[in-house]
Amino acid sequence: MKTYNNKAWFLVLPVILVVSFTALIPLMTVANYAIQDIFSPDNRLFVGMKWFYDITNDTLILSAFKRSFQFSIQALLIQIPLGIAIARIMPKSGWKASAALVAVAIPLIIPFNVIGSTWLIFSRKDIGLGGYLLNKFFDFDFTSDPIDGWGLILAVDVWHWTPLVVLLVYAGLRSIPEPYYQAAAIDGASTYAVFRYVELPKLRRVLLIAVLLRFMDSFMIYTEPFVITGGGPGDATTFASILLTNIAVGQFDVGRAGAYSLIFFLLIQIMSFIFYTVLTLQDREEVTKSK
Amino acid sequence: MAEIRLENVAHSYDGGSTFALNPISLTWKDGNAVALLGPSGCGKTTLLNIISGLLTPSVGRVYFDGVDVTDLDTAKRNVAQVFQFPVLYDTMTVRQNLAFPLKNRNVAKDVIAARVEEIAELLGISKYLDIRPLKLRSDLQQLVSLGRGLVRKDVPAILFDEPLTVIDQNFKWTLRGRLKEMHNNTRHTLVYVTHDQTEALTFADEVVVLNQGNIVQTGTASDLFLTPQDEFVGFFIGSPGMNFLDGKVNDGAVMVGSTRIGTTHSATTIANGNVRVGIRPEFLSIDVAGKGLPVEINRVEHRGGYKLVHADSAQGKFVAKLDNESALVAGQNVHLAFHPERTYLFRDSKVCGTVNVKGANK
Repeated sequence: MKTYNNKAWFLVLPVILVVSFTALIPLMTVANYAIQDIFSPDNRLFVGMKWFYDITNDTLILSAFKRSFQFSIQALLIQIPLGIAIARIMPKSGWKASAALVAVAIPLIIPFNVIGSTWLIFSRKDIGLGGYLLNKFFDFDFTSDPIDGWGLILAVDVWHWTPLVVLLVYAGLRSIPEPYYQAAAIDGASTYAVFRYVELPKLRRVLLIAVLLRFMDSFMIYTEPFVITGGGPGDATTFASILLTNIAVGQFDVGRAGAYSLIFFLLIQIMSFIFYTVLTLQDREEVTKSK
Repeated sequence: MAEIRLENVAHSYDGGSTFALNPISLTWKDGNAVALLGPSGCGKTTLLNIISGLLTPSVGRVYFDGVDVTDLDTAKRNVAQVFQFPVLYDTMTVRQNLAFPLKNRNVAKDVIAARVEEIAELLGISKYLDIRPLKLRSDLQQLVSLGRGLVRKDVPAILFDEPLTVIDQNFKWTLRGRLKEMHNNTRHTLVYVTHDQTEALTFADEVVVLNQGNIVQTGTASDLFLTPQDEFVGFFIGSPGMNFLDGKVNDGAVMVGSTRIGTTHSATTIANGNVRVGIRPEFLSIDVAGKGLPVEINRVEHRGGYKLVHADSAQGKFVAKLDNESALVAGQNVHLAFHPERTYLFRDSKVCGTVNVKGANK
C-alpha cells in the first residue's frame, strides 16, 4: 500500500498567511460590517441580511450598477474592434515596430489621477484645447450636459485602455506563423477573409483575455469619473464604485457599504467565471481529437 | 499548366550581403514533374517561394509561359502550393477548407462540391469531410492541406514544399503513387521540394540538385546516379553515397596509393596532380585475381538482399554494396576492382574525367 506523507502541506502555510492578511481578513472585516448596523465603535446592532435586502430594492444602487454595466459594454464595443484595427496596421518589425509599441503603451504608464486631471483641463471649454475646439462645432460642456459627461469618461477610458487591447492583439498577431498568411495568399483569400478565417480564430484566446480584463476594469472604473466629473452631471457618471465610496466614506454607512461591496465583488467573480468557463470549454473540445 | 522559366534569379534575405540563392537560370517544360532536391538550407524553399510569388527575388525575372510574372502577387499568379506542415483554417470544416481556394475565386457552387468530393476521394479523407480539421491527427491534417493545393484545376503549377514530412512511412508510398497518377492524368507542372532522394527520384521527371544556393546538377534520376557532375551529387544521391579517395594523375595513369587503377579516358587530357577518385558502392567488386586496390574489411552489414561491406584502405574508407554470395568477414584482406566507365575523377569538387579501367595494373 502506498503511504502518503502530508507534511508537504506545511509548505503552503506561508501562502495562506500572506493571503490571509492581503485578502481574507480584510474581506471578512467587510463581511462583518455587512451584517451589523454600526453607529459608533461601541454601539452596534446585529441586523442579519437586512442590508442585502435593502440594496436589492435600492433604486439608486441598482441604477448605478446598470450604468456601470452599460458603460462596460460600450467600452468593450469600442475598445476591442479599435484595438484590433490598430494592432493590425502597426509595423511588424524593425525600429518602427519598437517606436509604435512605445507610443501605444504611453497611456498605460500614466497614473490614473494624472490622466483624470489632464483630461479635465483638456476638455474644459474655457481653458482646455479639446473643449475649446469641440465648441467650434457643437455645444460641449461635460460639467452640465449628462451625455457630454458620459461621452468624456468613455473617451478617457478608450484612450487609457485601448492600448492594452492593442498590445495583447499585437502579440497574438505576431505569434501567427507566416505559412498561414502564405497559404491564404495561395488560396486567393481577400484581406477580409484573411482576417476572418486566419487572424480572428488565432486571436480567440488573446481576445477572451482582453475582453475579461477590460470588462472587469471598466466595470470597476473609479478614478477618472471621480477626478473629472465627480459622478455628475447629476448622477450621469455615478458608477457603482463612485456610489460605493460615497456611501462608505461620505455617509459613513459602513454596514450598507459592506453589503454593497460583497455584492459588487460577487458580480465581478461571476462575470469572470463565465468568461473563464467559455475559454476553457473551447480548449476542452480541442483536446478530444478523434483517431 | 505552364512552362516555368527563371532568368538569373537570385535572392538575398539581408539586402545583399549574403545570398540564399545565387543567380539561377532554368526552364521547366509544361507538364513536367520537377523535384528540387537538397539538404536543409540549400535554398530550395526560397526558390519555390519565388515561383509562387510569396517572395520577390532580389534580382532576375520569373516567366510563366513566356509572360513576366515577377511583379505579380501570389493570388494573381494563381499557383497552388502545399506547405511542409498542416496549414488549416481552424474554424472551417474539412469540406470548407478544401472549397476555400475555389470559393475565393467565385467558382460555381455545384462545381466546388463535385471537385471537393473528388479530391477527398483521391486522398482518402471522404469520411472526415464534415468535421473540423483540428480534431484530426496531424497526418490527416496534412492531407487536407494537400487537398487544398490540388483542388484547383486551372493552376499553371502546383508547388510542394516537402509535403509528406509528417505522413506515415507506409502511407507515403501510397500517396506518392496517387500523386504520380494524378499528375499523369492532369499533366500539371509540378515542382516538388524535398531532401529525401527516394521521394525525388521516384516522383520526378527531372531532378534539380541544389547545394548552398547553387544548382549543382539537373537531370533524370539515372543521370544523377550514373553520371554525377559534382562531388556533392555523388555523395548526396545514392544510399550510401559515393566513395571518395585521394589519388593522383601521372601522365595519364590514375594512381590510388601505389595501385594503378586505370588510365584517364582517352577523350580527356588531365593535368598531372592530385585528384579525388569517386566510385559508387554499387560499382565496386572483389577482384579475385588480386590486382585491385588492397583493403582491409572492417565491418560487414547484412541488409537482406545485399551486403554493405565497410573497408579501410590507406587512401580512405570504402563502402561496397555486394551481393549475398560473397563470403566476407571482418579483418579479411581483399582487393577491390573498380567498374569501368563508372569511376570518376574530381577536381575542385567538379568532375574532370573518367577512368578507363582497361589500363589497370597487369
